[in-house]
Amino acid sequence: MEHPPLISVEGLSKRFPTRAGDVHALEDVNFSIPRGSIVGLVGESGSGKTTLGRCILRLVEPSEGRVMFDGQNILDLPPKELRALRRRMQIIFQDPFSSLNPRMRVRTIIEEGLIAHRLGGTSRERRDRVATLLEEVGLQADHMTRFAHEFSGGQRQRVGIARALAIEPEFIVADESVSALDVSVQAQILNLLLDLCEARNLTMLFIAHDLSVVEYLCDQVVVMYLGHVVENGSTALVHSQPAHPYTTALLSAAPVPDPFAGRDRNILKGEIPSPLSPPSGCVFHTRCPLMVEHCRQAVPELRAVGGRRVACHRAEDVLAMGPATGAAATL
Amino acid sequence: MSAVTASATHAGPLRVLLQNRVVTLSIVVLGIFAIAAIFAPYLTPYQPNGLSMRERLLPPSSEHWAGTDELGRDIFTRLIYAGRVSLAVGLGVAALASVFGVVLGILAGFFSRLDPAISRLLDAMMAFPDVLLAIALLAAFGGSLLNLIIALAIVFTPRIARVVRASSLVVRELTYVEAARALGVSTPRILFHHVFRNITSPIIVQATFIFAAAMLSEAGLSFLGIGIDPSMPTWGVMISAGRQYIDTAGWLILFPGLAITICVVALQLTGDGLRDALDPRIRKSI
Repeated sequence: MEHPPLISVEGLSKRFPTRAGDVHALEDVNFSIPRGSIVGLVGESGSGKTTLGRCILRLVEPSEGRVMFDGQNILDLPPKELRALRRRMQIIFQDPFSSLNPRMRVRTIIEEGLIAHRLGGTSRERRDRVATLLEEVGLQADHMTRFAHEFSGGQRQRVGIARALAIEPEFIVADESVSALDVSVQAQILNLLLDLCEARNLTMLFIAHDLSVVEYLCDQVVVMYLGHVVENGSTALVHSQPAHPYTTALLSAAPVPDPFAGRDRNILKGEIPSPLSPPSGCVFHTRCPLMVEHCRQAVPELRAVGGRRVACHRAEDVLAMGPATGAAATL
Repeated sequence: MSAVTASATHAGPLRVLLQNRVVTLSIVVLGIFAIAAIFAPYLTPYQPNGLSMRERLLPPSSEHWAGTDELGRDIFTRLIYAGRVSLAVGLGVAALASVFGVVLGILAGFFSRLDPAISRLLDAMMAFPDVLLAIALLAAFGGSLLNLIIALAIVFTPRIARVVRASSLVVRELTYVEAARALGVSTPRILFHHVFRNITSPIIVQATFIFAAAMLSEAGLSFLGIGIDPSMPTWGVMISAGRQYIDTAGWLILFPGLAITICVVALQLTGDGLRDALDPRIRKSI
């Protein structure tokens, strides 16, 4: 990599203390996001994707580790400097219903960031800027006098995107930003995000549980399981030749739009284990079809195998067996 | 969902408030009470404390619209003069208790570090019976109209503070508050624009209850002889003094009782209307 990455997450851990013990939401997470790229973050519910997105923006305080933003560790920043830095990074939320204040008109929602950072000049100039933003995200300028409840889910999500873009950030976390929407609307919003990223040269962390969406949108993918990064590499490579049994399972769980396509499906059994007491060794061993005794004892390091990074003792075997079918054969 | 009737959305809260006939009527009733209280001396030829031993316990007539009491004082005159004190107590207590309660409740709800101290203080205040606490405070401050209002405001503060705290705890976790933090919005602005503005409904409901409860508490305190100068008539004083004649001269308690009832009902209806008119989601459907 010639350029230093815009975001680099180093040894990030997050534990939530509870009465029953610590919830291990994130364990020693390492990856980076090159400037101008879109990185997908995938995993089941409860794998720590959302917590990771929040920790990178320091909306949740991580327990350990560093988050370097353009060479600066944002976890060290005093509150005032953090607030100033927030101008450069934004988030688009999953739920378009709870993410917009029901008492505010759209204009107030969108210009709030401008006011907080003293951008956008006079009230009239801000108004024009809001109008331009609304048109840029596919709404109309006169929508600014409406309240959030007067819009459909897709339109609300567009308002949320306009709010994030208003202060012209360099980096955006899109936290399952399309999963609450209808499929037809999902495609529109995905295309909008893609266009905006290109037009504004944005860097994005795209959180999703749907691998097909990530394949469409992202340059790189990070696969998470129970707070650990299990595989990280270019989207094309990870999709065509997964090296972790969990990635294999996720890929084979994705629906294919052909009812007659016969496939060996490698369906995972059981639920994701409780992060209150994560399994020993490799956290995936309780559900892994390729589990051997060694997996119970030793935690696999994230290592380079076949052009990507993977945390599996048997990554070479997974690669040799080929996508989807390999893991399924042993079930 | 995106189809919107422009008139409903763009009408201000006041217009929406007045579209509801019951609310309009309630506001008119409250207005009449207020005007009667303000212009009391011009509305009646009698003095509120003008004794007339010959005209004791007269039933309502054209001369004495609401009759006279055991000392021959005109009850209608006393009613409108009493409204001055009762309404001032209700309004003052509701306003002060709301201010105290909102500040304490938002601090406790939003800043988890302050929560234990504030919550225990409120619990301690709630543990005292209302009247006992008011008596203690009045004994400490000395009795006057202003001190009575302050004492009752302190007594009723926990009622507001508790609902404000509970609502703030909910709103604090909503995504739009997180969005505001992510935008770099300052904490005071988040507290006002995102938290306070979304919890006004329970505050209005509680405040109208407190308005009514304060008038009743004032009546109780007056009955016990604590607080305001007893020569100043209030609706509560009139009821407690008229109790003895309930079987022979019912109008002594009927009219002040009606005044309290009508005033309280009108207040609560207005409060409900206000709550709906301030909520853009409900405003649309009205």
